[in-house]
Amino acid sequence: MILEVDHLKVQFPTRRGTLTAVDDVSFSIAPGEVLGVVGESGAGKSITGMAVIGLLDPPGRIAAGEVRLEGRRIDNLPHEELRRVRGRRIGVIFQDPLTSLNPLYSIGQQLEETILTHLPLSNAQARERALSLLREVGIPAPEARYGNYPHHFSGGMRQRVVIALALAAEPRLLIADEPTTALDVSIQAQIIALLKRLAGERGAAVMLITHDMGVIAETAHRVAVMYAGRLAEIGPVREVIHAPKHPYTVGLMGSIPRISAEQKRLVQIDGAMPRLNAIPPGCAFNPRCPKRFARCVVERPDLLNAGSSRAACWLHASA
Amino acid sequence: MHLLKLDSVSRDFDVSRPWLNRVLEREPRRLLRAVDRLSFEVTKGETLALVGESGCGKSTVARLIVGLHAPSEGRVEFHGRRMQMIFQDPYASLNPRWRVRKIIEEPMRVLETKKEVGELLRQVGLSADDAERYPHEFSGGQRQRISIARALAGEPDLLICDEPTSALDVSVQAQILNLMAALQERLGLTYVFISHNLAVVSLVADRVGVMYFGRIVELARSAELFARPRHPYTRMLLDAVPDLDMSGKSRTPVAGEVPNPLAPPPGCAFHPRCPHASERCRVEAPSFVNGVACHAVEESRI
Repeated sequence: MILEVDHLKVQFPTRRGTLTAVDDVSFSIAPGEVLGVVGESGAGKSITGMAVIGLLDPPGRIAAGEVRLEGRRIDNLPHEELRRVRGRRIGVIFQDPLTSLNPLYSIGQQLEETILTHLPLSNAQARERALSLLREVGIPAPEARYGNYPHHFSGGMRQRVVIALALAAEPRLLIADEPTTALDVSIQAQIIALLKRLAGERGAAVMLITHDMGVIAETAHRVAVMYAGRLAEIGPVREVIHAPKHPYTVGLMGSIPRISAEQKRLVQIDGAMPRLNAIPPGCAFNPRCPKRFARCVVERPDLLNAGSSRAACWLHASA
Repeated sequence: MHLLKLDSVSRDFDVSRPWLNRVLEREPRRLLRAVDRLSFEVTKGETLALVGESGCGKSTVARLIVGLHAPSEGRVEFHGRRMQMIFQDPYASLNPRWRVRKIIEEPMRVLETKKEVGELLRQVGLSADDAERYPHEFSGGQRQRISIARALAGEPDLLICDEPTSALDVSVQAQILNLMAALQERLGLTYVFISHNLAVVSLVADRVGVMYFGRIVELARSAELFARPRHPYTRMLLDAVPDLDMSGKSRTPVAGEVPNPLAPPPGCAFHPRCPHASERCRVEAPSFVNGVACHAVEESRI
C-alpha cells in the first residue's frame, strides 16, 4: 500500500466547543490505484485530503489516528521534514489552477525550480525533464510555450501545467482535489484521460476528491462516500454505483440526472446534511433515512461488510 | 402565439484599449460579438434550454432577454406580462442586509394585489417563519428556494434561469429541479433554462438549443436531440458527458478549445475542431436550416 489512513480524526477547536470535521476515517490506496472520494460540500472530503498531506489550516488539527506513506508514518513528522516528504513524494492538484501557479514566473521557471529542489539534476537536465513533462501532459509545442506565463494559458491548459508540476518530482501519491470542476465538459474529459493514464503508467496512488460521480465512474477503481465527516460506504466503483449499500449512497445516486433516463423527476433526499455542531447521535444520516430503525438512532454503525463493499449501516449487521 | 421571440439578435461588447492608448498606438476600436444573429421563439408553458460551454454567449442571451443588456442589432419581443430571473449564485443574488421578507416583497411593489410572503415561502418548501431571518442563515439550496420565491412574487409568466443549480450539490440540485418542475405544472410557468450540464437539460427541457460561439448550431425537441444529435458539436458534447452507467463506452475527449472571440475563425466557427470540416466550412459560415447550422448535415455528408 502506498497510502494508509487509520482512524483519522480531524478537529477544529472553536469558541463554542470542538467540531469534529473528519471522524474515524480509514482507507488505503495501492500503487496504480485511483481512489475516488465523493461527498457533498461540507462532508469532509477536502479536509481529509489536507490532513493526509499535513496542510490543515489552523486551528484544525489531527486529533487521533495515523497517516502512513509507503509504510512510514508522516502525520507526526516535524514541519521541515514533512515539507520535504510532501515536495518529493506527494503531488497535489487543486481545483483552481491559478492558486497553484505563481503569476510572476514563466511556467518553465516554475517547473525547473520544482525539479531542481527535489531531484539531483543539472540545469540542462531539469529543462529537458520540464519539456518532456509538458509534452506528456499534452501541451502542444512545449518549447514555444516554455517561457510563457500562467495568464497566457487557457483554463484547461493551466490545469495541465499544474499536473506537470505535481508530477515533476515523480511523486508516489497524487492528491487531486476537484481537478476538473472549473473546466468545461470537453476539457474535463481530456484531463481525466490524462490523470488515468499517468496513474497507470507510473504506478502512483491517486486520491481523487470530487463531488462529480461521472468523473469517479470513469476514473476511479474504488470509491469512498463521505457524509458528515464519516465514511458512509467504501467499495469497488461498479458496486458503489450500480448496487449502493448505504441508503445515503442510494439517494445520492438517484439524485444525479442522466441523459439516458426517461425520468421527469429525480429521486430526492429530503432535508440537508447536518452541520458539524449538530450531528445527531447514532448514524449521522438517520434523520433523513427512509430505512431508519431503533438501533440507528442510538448506536453509531462501523463499516460493515456488504457484498464486496463495506457500508456504515445497521442494515448490513449480520446478527 | 409565442410568449417570447428573438429575431436575429446580436450583441457586441466594446473591448477596446483605453482611448489614449488607441490614439497613441493607432489601434482601432475592438468589438467582441458575444451573440450573433440569434433567433428563436418560446411558447407558453414550455421549457426551452440553451446549452453550451463557458464563453458561448448563453448568459448574454439571458441578459438580453430580461433587458440587462440591450441588443446591438435585432429585436427581442415579449408578449407576456412580466418576467423574472433566477441567478446561478444564491450567495451573490440576495441582499445580505435585508430580511427574507423584504427580499421577497421587493418585486411586488409593482403589483396591485400583493401575495402573502408566508404563502410564497411555503410554496418553495420553506416555512413562513423564515421571512424574518437573513440570507446568511440559510444553506445554498435554501437560498436558491428564496430566489425562486422572490421570482414568483412578481407573478411572472416567464422565468429566465441562468445555471440555477450549478452551484449546488447534486442532492440539493435534485430538490430544486423537482421543485421547479412542480411549480411549472401548478402555475403554468414558462422557463428559459440556461445550463452547461447536458444531463440536467435532458431532464428539464422540452426543446434544446445548443450554442457555440454566440450562435445556435442546433435546435430540436429534447428527446430528438439526445437520441439523434445532428451537429458535430452536439455529438462531441454528448460524447464528452461522463458515463455514469459504465457501459464501457469510453468517452471521446473533444479536441481543441473554444476559439478566441477576438479572432473568430472564418467560415463555420467550429471548423478548427470539427472532424467533418471541408473546404467550404473553412470559408463560408453555414446558415441555420431545419434546426441545424452545418454544411456537412446540409450536404448529407454526415
